[in-house]
Amino acid sequence: GADSRVSTGTYIANRVSDKVSGLHDKIFMCRSGSAADTQAISDYVRHYLSTHALEVGKPPLVKTAAALAKRICYTNKEQLLAGVIIAGYDEADGGSVYVIPLGGTCLPVPFAIGGSGSTYIYGHVDNQYKAGMSLAECKKFVTEAVTRAMARDGSSGGIIRLVNISADGVDREYLTV
Amino acid sequence: QRFVPSVKRRAFVARLVHEDIVSPRFFAPPVRARHLGPRRADDMATFAAPGAEHAVAKAQPAAGGFDFGQCPRNAALASAPVGKGYAAPTPMSTGTTICGVVYAGGVVLGADTRATGGSEVADKNCEKIHYLAPNIYCCGAGTAADTEKTTELIASQLELLRLSTSTQSRVVAAVTLLKRTLFKYQGHVSAALVLGGVDCTGPGLYQIYPHGSTARLPYVTMGSGSLAAMSVFETRYADGLDEAAAVSLVKDAIRAGIFNDLGSGSNVDITVIKTGGDATVMRGYETPNDTGPLRSAYERPRALKPAPGKATAVLSTVVEVADADAMQL
Repeated sequence: GADSRVSTGTYIANRVSDKVSGLHDKIFMCRSGSAADTQAISDYVRHYLSTHALEVGKPPLVKTAAALAKRICYTNKEQLLAGVIIAGYDEADGGSVYVIPLGGTCLPVPFAIGGSGSTYIYGHVDNQYKAGMSLAECKKFVTEAVTRAMARDGSSGGIIRLVNISADGVDREYLTV
Repeated sequence: QRFVPSVKRRAFVARLVHEDIVSPRFFAPPVRARHLGPRRADDMATFAAPGAEHAVAKAQPAAGGFDFGQCPRNAALASAPVGKGYAAPTPMSTGTTICGVVYAGGVVLGADTRATGGSEVADKNCEKIHYLAPNIYCCGAGTAADTEKTTELIASQLELLRLSTSTQSRVVAAVTLLKRTLFKYQGHVSAALVLGGVDCTGPGLYQIYPHGSTARLPYVTMGSGSLAAMSVFETRYADGLDEAAAVSLVKDAIRAGIFNDLGSGSNVDITVIKTGGDATVMRGYETPNDTGPLRSAYERPRALKPAPGKATAVLSTVVEVADADAMQL
């Protein structure tokens, strides 16, 4: 899940942006930081992943996508301002989440938050998260976390985009207010 | 070292030329590539021009990319101890209002026509809607030279692509080429663009920022007057407008920029790109700042008015041409 605000200084350049970019059929990347840098990273990873998928002949693993993004973010850490969360579903590991903050570390985590508004919700998510939640509970968890961040952070706002990735497929939706 | 063809090769070449299969020019030595540096003295001698032996060798041409050779000189001029120094001239900027809207039958792009250099108006009627392809146009804000040259570069790349694929250019192709170029220069090429076009997938409208980020939206505004134009859009935009309503909306958005932003002014240019890929360029669609009536209404002092009937006097109808001798040194 993500908010949809892109700002240049105090002006909102795009109030309905899509910060959850698809890297492959069942692998998505939540982007935060510089829009140009993260769009460039996601384009590179999408390109490498599509070639890799053709070579392997199977859908790529989420950890592969995460490793590719980490490689780009780490080797160019001076030039880039990008914090990303790679999440998806693959046959080998099921659902997985990897977080790659500013320096280029890649951490497999049960849940992740990122971006300027994330600082306001660390306490909230630590309190609310439980292992083994159902789909409805997870949606509620993500929605409430993003809502609270948008309420407190000026650089976050707009609509909430949710992407649900599972063995059955991908379901995209957005929530207003 | 020189390439010396074998006997077999020379015989083969001779046969081809003799039997008129290939012209002899095909086997002539290649033109020396420019990037190999200045010509050597013996090369100079092959020029037939007399006096070429005394010519100064050409300066090494730049290998490509930016040439920073003048930077020390500019810095020295700026900090010159004599007087106040010479500041570099301000680059011409299109402090601008540009916008675009997707309507039922395509895309409408609009722009003002003022180009500023600092606080002075450098060009009262510049063209900010640039051609990229017959079905794709791009409005540019930021540094005028950057937007002009970047869009020209991508227009030529798109044409080469059209020639090699024999298909209509896609809007996403233009967007991708632009964003890759701008990201490569990390925001130093100051070009903020509104790109609109119609291709086989339908109408597309994108905003492109100098650092290389893009967004696809139903209505966009960029430039210093973008806030004024966006206020008009946010009030009156609706999905599925017809062409007249869309053109009127864009015109009013640009007018808002012209009259409320100091960096925008003069006329409104509109370009409509319809489904099917036909573009209608309406340069000077509206000219709300025509200075003609104002200037002609000014009363000049009598002394400055040309006397009626004697406005021009012909000094002489005969012109003498005197051949001069060459200068004696």
